[in-house]
Amino acid sequence: MSNLTDLTVAEIRDGFRGGDFSAREVAEAFNANVAAAKALNAFIVETPEKALEAADAADKAKAAGEALKPLSGVPIGMKDLFCTEGVQTTAASHMLEGFTPTYESTVSKKLWDAGAGMLGKLNLDQFAMGSSNETSYFGNVISPWRRGGGDNAALAPGGSSGGSSAAISARLCPAATGTDTGGSIRQPAAFTGISGIKPTYGRCSRWGVVAFASSLDQAGPMARIVRDNAILLETMAGFDPKDSTSLDLAVPQWEAGLSSDLRGKKVGIPKEYRPDGLNAEISAMWDRGIAWLKDAGAEVVEVSLPHTKYALPTYYIIAPAEASSNLARYDGVRYGQRDLPDGAGLQDMYAATRAAGFGPEVKRRIMIGTYVLSAGFYDAYYTQAQKVRALIARDFELAFEKCDLLLTPTAPSASFALGEKQADPLAMYLNDVFTVPASLAGLPAMAVPGGLDGQGLPLGLQIIGRALDEQTVLNAGLAIEERAGFTARPEKWW
Amino acid sequence: MSIDLQTVKKIASLSRISVTDAEAEAMVPELNNILGWVEQLGEVDVTGVEPMTAVIPNKLRLREDAVTDGNVRERVLANAPQAEHGFFAVPKVIE
Repeated sequence: MSNLTDLTVAEIRDGFRGGDFSAREVAEAFNANVAAAKALNAFIVETPEKALEAADAADKAKAAGEALKPLSGVPIGMKDLFCTEGVQTTAASHMLEGFTPTYESTVSKKLWDAGAGMLGKLNLDQFAMGSSNETSYFGNVISPWRRGGGDNAALAPGGSSGGSSAAISARLCPAATGTDTGGSIRQPAAFTGISGIKPTYGRCSRWGVVAFASSLDQAGPMARIVRDNAILLETMAGFDPKDSTSLDLAVPQWEAGLSSDLRGKKVGIPKEYRPDGLNAEISAMWDRGIAWLKDAGAEVVEVSLPHTKYALPTYYIIAPAEASSNLARYDGVRYGQRDLPDGAGLQDMYAATRAAGFGPEVKRRIMIGTYVLSAGFYDAYYTQAQKVRALIARDFELAFEKCDLLLTPTAPSASFALGEKQADPLAMYLNDVFTVPASLAGLPAMAVPGGLDGQGLPLGLQIIGRALDEQTVLNAGLAIEERAGFTARPEKWW
Repeated sequence: MSIDLQTVKKIASLSRISVTDAEAEAMVPELNNILGWVEQLGEVDVTGVEPMTAVIPNKLRLREDAVTDGNVRERVLANAPQAEHGFFAVPKVIE
């Protein structure tokens, strides 16, 4: 029998059903890997007992001849942005340290109801704000990948879903949840050589997910292969009356619909994504991706998304504005930390609590957001950004008159060393240059591994689809996956 | 437009985040860098463009005006830093 922790979600599901192994054996194998990987700091809380509990339920159901659930026997990791009943949920912040929800987020509940078991709560950038997992109150997540040639520098697993990406690529879990506001599923997937999909805005309920920027936040799966993403997304998606922006639509059978035959599909290549000075290896990877999609039968056309250069500055007005509003709830009264200096009144308590509870990047974004929403500046910044956002969305609409999907790089570089970009917030923001536009337009977008760069680090390709057309995105992802033959994995050092 | 120390302190106060003078001073160039960079949006011609209000066209639903939740006081208070007699407790607001 092959190593259980090398199996994909589909292989675990099918192997368990076929009697090749028990669910408990699978859970124990992953629990052991989690326990042995403290050096990666991928988990904030480990819940081996939850994984075993779900596994035992699956084994019992199977022994009794009961109908098995879609994810029976499959353990997963849960990003610590999803509220989990009875299990600490922190958003990687000091503010929520010790917060133990009395309810379960819709997305996590759907996964548990489908038979999945929880290996633990995965580390992330604080309140999902960051691209390198260096803003977590619980310490950096270390990527399992290292540069070749004996360079042992600790590398970023990407962010904000950096615990998820590190854990999957290190075989601590076969799949995990992520959330994506401006690239937080796709960029970490690219940095660690795995896949992940941000579905259309509204597909997955935001209820019970710690809010960052509500018009952008969207949950999605992360896993090593495209099929696993399709399997998980089918369970995670679906209408939820508790989220006012949840789409009341049937969930397609994405796994059954998988096909890497792209004949009749047109792939748009947006010329604005190839600026002067684009990293030559990224550019070459993109060209290989284009060739793979052609090989799968697709026709390639050049398209233009003229407002692309304005996407990042638009995002860095809208996301902080929404964050400043969403994070106003952390007041030291209802949940989370309270800092009450001697003799302090209510207002002093708010200010002291928030000064102690938020990290520097979170404060920076709250303050930017407060400023752009303040009297006298609202129209110049926020309204202008919402207008430019409409133009960015229109760019995509016009492009999709000429093509069915878009292919771009996922990130402008491979993973970088921890600390390398931390001094300059703007340099860090530029990581999301290729992922933010699809977020602003609410479109489904996926990262899939394309290969390794000269340093031996993974590079990703991004597929962006029409609203609600996750199937074409997944299918193009599968076509790339089949041709890229990406089998590289980090050499174990942890 | 660039912001000065006074403005940073005002934003911090509006944000209900206490900052020391040294912290506020360090934030002046940081926030100016970011704001200077986002100001390039001013050059985009947005004549006749409506600000986006919904990412995906989606009509907000109405539901029957009926009680759907409640009787969960203990659960609501379970994570409060200070809860007394079934209430959230805060420092004295009025002398």
